[in-house]
Amino acid sequence: MCRIGAIKSKKFLHPSLALKLMRSQQEGHDDSGFAFVMQDLGGIFEHHKDLPIISMAGTVEGIRKTEDILINKGFKSVLQWSPHISSKKGLKIEPMPNYMFVVVQYPKSHKYATKEEKEELLIDTYLEIRKVLEEDNSGYIYAFWPDTLVLKEIGSPKDIGTYFNLWEESPELCAKVITAQCRQNTNYDIVRYAAHPFFLEGYTVLVNGENTFFEKNRDYQKCLNRAYIGFESDSQCFLYTLHYLNKVLKWPVQYFKQVITPLPLEKIEQRPDKEVLLRIKASLANLEINGPNTILGVLPNYNMICVCDSKKLRPVVIGQNDDMVVMTSEVAGINDIMPDRDISKDIYPTESETVIVKNDLTVERWQQ
Amino acid sequence: MAAVKINELHKSDLPWIVEIDESKCIQCGKCCAVCSFNSISPCVELRKKSANLSDSENTEKALVIKQNIGFENHCRGCGMCEAVCPNGAIKVIRNNDDMYAIRYRAEKGESLKRGGRSNLNTEGRTLDKIKIGRISQMTDPSLDPLRHTFEIKTQLGRVLSADKLGFEVNGNKIVETKTLPPNRWIYPIIFADMSIGALSSRMWEAIAIATAYLNEKCGMPICMGTGEGGIPVNLLKSRYLKYMILQIASGHFGWNRIIETMPEMTEDPAGILIKIGQGAKPGDGGLLMANKVSKYVQEIRGVPKADLMSPPTHQGLYSIEESVQKMFLSMNAAFNFRVPVAIKVAASVTSVSVYNNLLRDPYNIVGGFFLDGFAGGTGAAHEISLNHTGHPITSKLRDCYLAAVHQGRQGEIPLFAGGGLGQTGSFAGDAFKLICLGANGVFSGRLLLQIAGCCGNDTEKCNACSTGNCPAGITAQKECLSKRLDVDKVAENIVNFMIATDTELRKLMASVGCSTLPVGRSDALITVDKHISKRLDIQYSI
Repeated sequence: MCRIGAIKSKKFLHPSLALKLMRSQQEGHDDSGFAFVMQDLGGIFEHHKDLPIISMAGTVEGIRKTEDILINKGFKSVLQWSPHISSKKGLKIEPMPNYMFVVVQYPKSHKYATKEEKEELLIDTYLEIRKVLEEDNSGYIYAFWPDTLVLKEIGSPKDIGTYFNLWEESPELCAKVITAQCRQNTNYDIVRYAAHPFFLEGYTVLVNGENTFFEKNRDYQKCLNRAYIGFESDSQCFLYTLHYLNKVLKWPVQYFKQVITPLPLEKIEQRPDKEVLLRIKASLANLEINGPNTILGVLPNYNMICVCDSKKLRPVVIGQNDDMVVMTSEVAGINDIMPDRDISKDIYPTESETVIVKNDLTVERWQQ
Repeated sequence: MAAVKINELHKSDLPWIVEIDESKCIQCGKCCAVCSFNSISPCVELRKKSANLSDSENTEKALVIKQNIGFENHCRGCGMCEAVCPNGAIKVIRNNDDMYAIRYRAEKGESLKRGGRSNLNTEGRTLDKIKIGRISQMTDPSLDPLRHTFEIKTQLGRVLSADKLGFEVNGNKIVETKTLPPNRWIYPIIFADMSIGALSSRMWEAIAIATAYLNEKCGMPICMGTGEGGIPVNLLKSRYLKYMILQIASGHFGWNRIIETMPEMTEDPAGILIKIGQGAKPGDGGLLMANKVSKYVQEIRGVPKADLMSPPTHQGLYSIEESVQKMFLSMNAAFNFRVPVAIKVAASVTSVSVYNNLLRDPYNIVGGFFLDGFAGGTGAAHEISLNHTGHPITSKLRDCYLAAVHQGRQGEIPLFAGGGLGQTGSFAGDAFKLICLGANGVFSGRLLLQIAGCCGNDTEKCNACSTGNCPAGITAQKECLSKRLDVDKVAENIVNFMIATDTELRKLMASVGCSTLPVGRSDALITVDKHISKRLDIQYSI
């Protein structure tokens, strides 16, 4: 079973906190990887919030091909950052030759472009780079989006932390929203794209559990949006569903729960909004999930979200203090990084709840 | 030398031979009384008293039961005589050397007709070679079929994709802004359309009672297809109409009464089914032989006592688009766009073309696609159609589903599959597998007849539904025969069977970790047959 974690803070935090959050939750023998997504960035990225950042890993050839695409499209490099590598002997990690995090300026052609036009350009470029890298297996692109940094690697989470020097706090790398997972989706191939968290256009999702309606979800999503690709993990479907209803259909995020775990008909019949709920249940039946899942997510406005399957078959707990809210699989992780919090405020979401953490760290609990 | 009339019908030509053990027979006559085909009769035989061949007085008369030899009254192997014989003196034996089908055509110059299903199912059933192989264990827990909640419901009616629902957002709420196509949530098993006429009124009534009971007492919203030919006016006016899917077929039989009764209807029907074709006899219209057109069938349909042969096509429809513009639109309009209108076609090589075209229906008025495979049953068909035309349901259902997937439109026109379900015993298993392959639901008719006590099978036993002489009273139109059927008992058996099926469906859903219908979850299936694996795109396992 995967363990997942999401931290939202008023102050900038270093990703070492995410490693500490996940360390005590790690399962016995599974050293399949570590990945995190940082959003609402501080440190050296704080003053470039509106500019897209490319997060990728690749061979020299992969990096070159990526740079060529960016140059051809007119992007200009503003800032480049690479993790400080500590390559000690015996570390259990399968590193890529190069890691590239580059802040770029939009092409001149997009100087007066609308937000939608800029987003279109970013997703076009992201898909093109991903396709080119996949052709000769020369690298992985995890995100190309403003104010977002993604790192994924295969190996022991502890050793990955050591390799990238993530145990050591540094003011240059920090964020107010960090999501992380200390294990890959081991039911499938151990490949970097299969590692949570998954990111698309400002939406981040990480999931604990098995999506038993994977085939249904995937078959339907493939035709919904050109960016719904990969499906290396059954959990990517949750990201695409959240993205589809909130970004594409522009439905309020409250309806995410209604789509993935629709109410039984007898409960819908008692609702004043039953006509709408019945239509959603019918029209988006292919996006229903039916397995044991806890889903954590981050929205483009940096609100955090947590929902569970309709039978509450996977754990999750939410701890909070004045500066930070943490959602994670097991309370042991929260105890490690927030030992002094008021545990009476811990929340164990139910099967019918959607928990939202606002930017001022107020926690809302919506009943389905 | 004795003359043999070679070209006459002989006992050895018949498909079933009646054997009587005279040492056991007490000549009570029950077998002759029960035989609805008049295949056996009491008669007098002349016999020798002793071995003295030269003595012309050495004879005596003996009363015996004899098998009749004729095209109309030959034995169908139903076995009713065996069932009533107190001493086990009579039995029917399959004649492996029968020539009846050839003799009939040679004598009559016409097509041989019968009921039942295809008798050429020699390849083994595809569904029996598919297993449910993806069992939830460590990755996700199996559910508990007894304690967890399950929702076994599906949609009948046109489903629009989310971006076409016309929703608007008001604050944090979605609001509807336009009228959307009618959509029902029903049980994913539909009692297939069999008409009053094809069935005895008592059998039809038993299914209707079972339907109402399952809806109102068991929480299973099962719909019943009426078949072509209309239904009693009292039922049209009753609240039970909401469980009925009214069929309109090429003969339009019964629709005068339906239209006339519309102002007095208190409920809308569950749906309207436009029957274009039927799996058991694709390319043929409905067929009700004159001897089954009883008085009440005449009254309901408004017809004389004659062979009722619906045309093979709906007159005036020459294309799919035209059917949408004329028939779907008018049937939708008839009920003010409140009732889903679906279509039933025989599975065919062309099914995908039809389904694809209907998916593009711009008016959103096609509410279901019923696909009937060649192993489906019929009350009467030309044997040539039964045995040699049609298409298996499994691959064609899969083709239609995958065609919709290819366009991202799966579920928009719900797919219902039928034809031979439960043929080898497991109805729930067949239904579950078809649902995993992409069916939103399934339908079955023949199964109900078997529950009611049909004595026929798919290896030529009985199959006399077309004659009106059904020995079980199921498809009989003679009152003395239809009264053999205990309406309440049959209704009770159907209800029990469906409750058992529901339990079995939960069991299968639980084992793959689903609490709602796994429509299109072909990853749950495996097959031990390489060809099936390739054709249906499911995992090959050995």
